[in-house]
Amino acid sequence: MHTKTTILSLPEEEFVNPGTRACSGCGLGIAYRIALKALGRNTILVVPPSCLTVLQGLYPVAATKLASLNVTFASTAAASTGMLAALKALGKQDIKVVAWAGDGGTADIGLQALSGAAERGDNFLFICYDNEGYMNTGVQRSGTTPQWAITANTPIKGKLQQKKDVPAIMAAHNLSYVATCSASYPLDLFDKVSKAVTLPGVKYIHIQIPCPPGWGFETRYAVKLGKLAVETGLFELYEVEHSEIRLTGASRKIADKRSLVPVAEFFKAQSRFRIMNTSQVDEIQERINKKWAGSFETAEDTDAS
Amino acid sequence: MGTRQYGHKTSHSEPGPGDGGRTGSWRVARPILDASTCIPAKRGAAGCFICWLYCPDGVITRTIPPKIDYEYCKGCGICAEECPTKAITMVEESCFVQAKERKR
Amino acid sequence: MHVIESGNVAAALGVKLSRAQVIAAYPITPQTPLTEKLSEFIESDEMDAQYVPVESEHSALAVCIAASSTGARAFTATSANGLLYMHEQIHWAAGARLPLVMCVVNRGVGAPWTIWNDHQDSISQRDTGWIQIYVNDHQQIIDGVIKAFMLAEEVMIPVMLCYDGYLLSHTYMPFDVPDQKHVDAFLPPYNPAYALDPTRPANLNTVTLPDVRTDTKGRLAHGYMEIRYLLQEDLQGTIDVMARVEERFKGHFGRGGNPHYETYRCEDARFIAVGLGSLSYHLREVIDRLRDEGIKAGIMSIHLYRPFPALAVAEGLAEAEGVIVFEKALSYGYEGALCSDVKAALYAQNGSRKKRPFVHNYILGLGGREIKTIDLYEALHRSCTGGSKAQDGLAWIGLKI
Repeated sequence: MHTKTTILSLPEEEFVNPGTRACSGCGLGIAYRIALKALGRNTILVVPPSCLTVLQGLYPVAATKLASLNVTFASTAAASTGMLAALKALGKQDIKVVAWAGDGGTADIGLQALSGAAERGDNFLFICYDNEGYMNTGVQRSGTTPQWAITANTPIKGKLQQKKDVPAIMAAHNLSYVATCSASYPLDLFDKVSKAVTLPGVKYIHIQIPCPPGWGFETRYAVKLGKLAVETGLFELYEVEHSEIRLTGASRKIADKRSLVPVAEFFKAQSRFRIMNTSQVDEIQERINKKWAGSFETAEDTDAS
Repeated sequence: MGTRQYGHKTSHSEPGPGDGGRTGSWRVARPILDASTCIPAKRGAAGCFICWLYCPDGVITRTIPPKIDYEYCKGCGICAEECPTKAITMVEESCFVQAKERKR
Repeated sequence: MHVIESGNVAAALGVKLSRAQVIAAYPITPQTPLTEKLSEFIESDEMDAQYVPVESEHSALAVCIAASSTGARAFTATSANGLLYMHEQIHWAAGARLPLVMCVVNRGVGAPWTIWNDHQDSISQRDTGWIQIYVNDHQQIIDGVIKAFMLAEEVMIPVMLCYDGYLLSHTYMPFDVPDQKHVDAFLPPYNPAYALDPTRPANLNTVTLPDVRTDTKGRLAHGYMEIRYLLQEDLQGTIDVMARVEERFKGHFGRGGNPHYETYRCEDARFIAVGLGSLSYHLREVIDRLRDEGIKAGIMSIHLYRPFPALAVAEGLAEAEGVIVFEKALSYGYEGALCSDVKAALYAQNGSRKKRPFVHNYILGLGGREIKTIDLYEALHRSCTGGSKAQDGLAWIGLKI
C-alpha cells in the first residue's frame, strides 16, 4: 500500500472549469474534480447520458479541460474498448481511457457492455458515480436505489427491491482491481484512482455520490451525508484485487473499533426515506450488523494499513 | 450573422468557464471567510484547506487565506459546514444587495 | 489476382486491402464468414488491425464510433436484427460525421424469425443519414468496400454497403483481387481534421441546444439544426463525389464507372425494370426473353440508394412508357420504399413534361421466398403489355396465401 495522499500533497491544478450546470452542492462535483487530479491531462474520458453530461456542459462550451467523448447510454464500456483499440492501432497506448458513468449507465442499461469489456480484459478504468437514482432525468429509481427510497416513480411505497451490488458483480469478473469510494472521502478516492490506472485490464471504481435534490437534504450537508453512509456501515469502502477484499479508510476504522453509527441516523437525515417505519429500519440494521459481524471478528487478524 | 464559418460540422466543444453562465447568481447566501479564525491564515502557513478540498465547483483557491470566486460560487454551504474552526459563515445575498443599494 | 471465393470473403478481402485498423465483430447469420475471415487474417498477421469481439451489435458500432473519433479507420458488418439492434448508433454515427464502413449482408427481419434474404433490414435504415450502396456481384463487393472507405473519408459520412445474404454472401464467383500496392495508391491512410487528443482537448457530441450560441471565443456556433442541415447538404453533395470516386477507381483499376446505377439494354427501352442488388442481375434473363418477343425492356439496377440520385434516375427513366419496380422490402402501411422514391423523382424532375411513365410496384422474395424466373417474366410481361392499368397498387410475386 503506497503513501496516503493528504490535502497538501494533492495536485493543485484544476481540470474542471467553474460555472458548470451541476446542482449547487453536487457530490459528483467533488468526486469528479478530485479524481481528475489523479488522472491528469493524458487522459480521454468516455461519458454516457448522466448528470456528468450536464456538468461537462452544453455545446460549444466544455467545462472539462480533458478530451472527452459523449456516447449513447448503453455503450460506455464498448466505446471505451473502441477508443483503446484505436489508440493501440495508432501506437498511442500511453493515453489513459477512463469511463465515467452514472448508476443507470453502469448497473442497468450499461451492464451488458461493461460485463463484455470486463470479460475481454480491455485496459481502461470504469468509474461508476452512484447517486442512487436516475437523477439527471428527475430522480427515477435505478438498480442501485436503496430499498424504501421515495423516487419519482416509486412515489408512495418507495423502492421495494434492495440496492444492486454492482461492485460484487464486477469483482466476480476477476478483475485486477475493484474498489468502492465516496465523494465524502476524496483523498481515499484519489489514491484508489491513482492505483487503479497502473493495473491491467478493466478496473472498476464505484463512488457513492450524495445528491441533495435526489436524496432530500440541504446542500451544505452533502459531505456529512456521505460520511454517515459509511459510518453506519451501510456503504463500505474497500478494495478487491483478484478476489482478495480489503476494507479501507473509515470502513477499516469501523472494523477495528467495532462501532457502527445507528443506520436510523442516515435515514432520518434524508427526505427520500420518509416513509420508512421502525421495523423496516430495524431490518436493515440487522442486515448491517450481520454483514459486519465477520469483519468485527477478524479485526485483530488483519494488518493495519 | 451565420455559423457557416464555425470550424466544425459536429457538436465539438472547447474547454472554457461559465457553461452555466454566471452561476454566482444562483446563490441565496454567500460564504464569507474570517481570516482570524481560518487555520492557514492564522498560521501564515499552508494547512487545513478542507474548504478547497470539498468545494464541488472548485471556486476556492488553495491560498493563504483561501479565496472564493463569487462569480461562480453557487452558495452550497459545504465549505461553511466542513470548516473545522467555523471560519466560514453563510451570509444572505440580500445583505450585499442592500449594501450595494445604500452605496448609490 | 483472380480467385473463386464467396461474397463474404470478397468483402473481407476488401476490408483487408483497405487497411482497416479497428474491426468490431458480432456474429449473425449470414454475415459470420466475413468477420471470421477477418479474424483469420488478423490472427495470422496477414492484416494489422485490432479485432474486437464485442458482446452485441449495439456495442459493435459503439466500438467503431469511438475508434473513428479517436482517429482510426473502423469497420463492422451485420445483418437483419443485428442492424436493428444498432439502430440508435446508426443515427449517432451519421450525426457525429464519422467515416465508418459497414457491410450489411441483407437478411429479413423478425418477427417472425427468418435467416434468409430480403432487403427490409437496410431499407429500414434509409432515413438515418448514412450513404447506402447496393452491389450485385462479388467483384462489386470487394471493389465497393475499397471505394466506400474513400467515399466515407472524403465526405465524412458513414457508408452502408449492402449485398444479398446467401445469394451473394455464400455463393462462389470468380473475381479479381487488386494488389495491395494498387489499393494503397488509390486509398490514402485515414487522416481526419480532428481526432480525440489530450493535447487538443475537446468534448464531442455533448448536448446541443435548439438555437445558436457563442463559443469560448465569442464566435457563433451551430445549433442542432445547423449540424443536421450540414449532414443533409453533404449527403446531397455525395452524389457528385461518388461519381468522382468512381472515375478515380476506374482510372486505377480499369473497371466500374457506374456510380449511381447500372443499366442493361436501356438504350431504347420502352419499359424499364428497377431493382436493387442481385435481383437486377436475375432480371436480365427475363429482359432477354422479352426482347426476343419484341418487347423493348431494360433494367436499371440502382447502386447509390442514399443519397438518392433523383435527377440521374429520373433522366434515366424519363423516356420510358412504364417503370416496374421490384422490391424485397416495403415501407409497411404504404408501398415499396424504392417505388416511392422513384415516383417522387419522376414527379419532381418531369413536372413540366406532359407524359410521365407509369410506375408499377412488385414485392417479392420476403424472408427468402424463392424468386422464380417464370414469375418475374409473367409479372413483367403483364406490366409491359397491359399498360398502366394492368396493375393496381402493390402486387406480390410468389405469395401463397
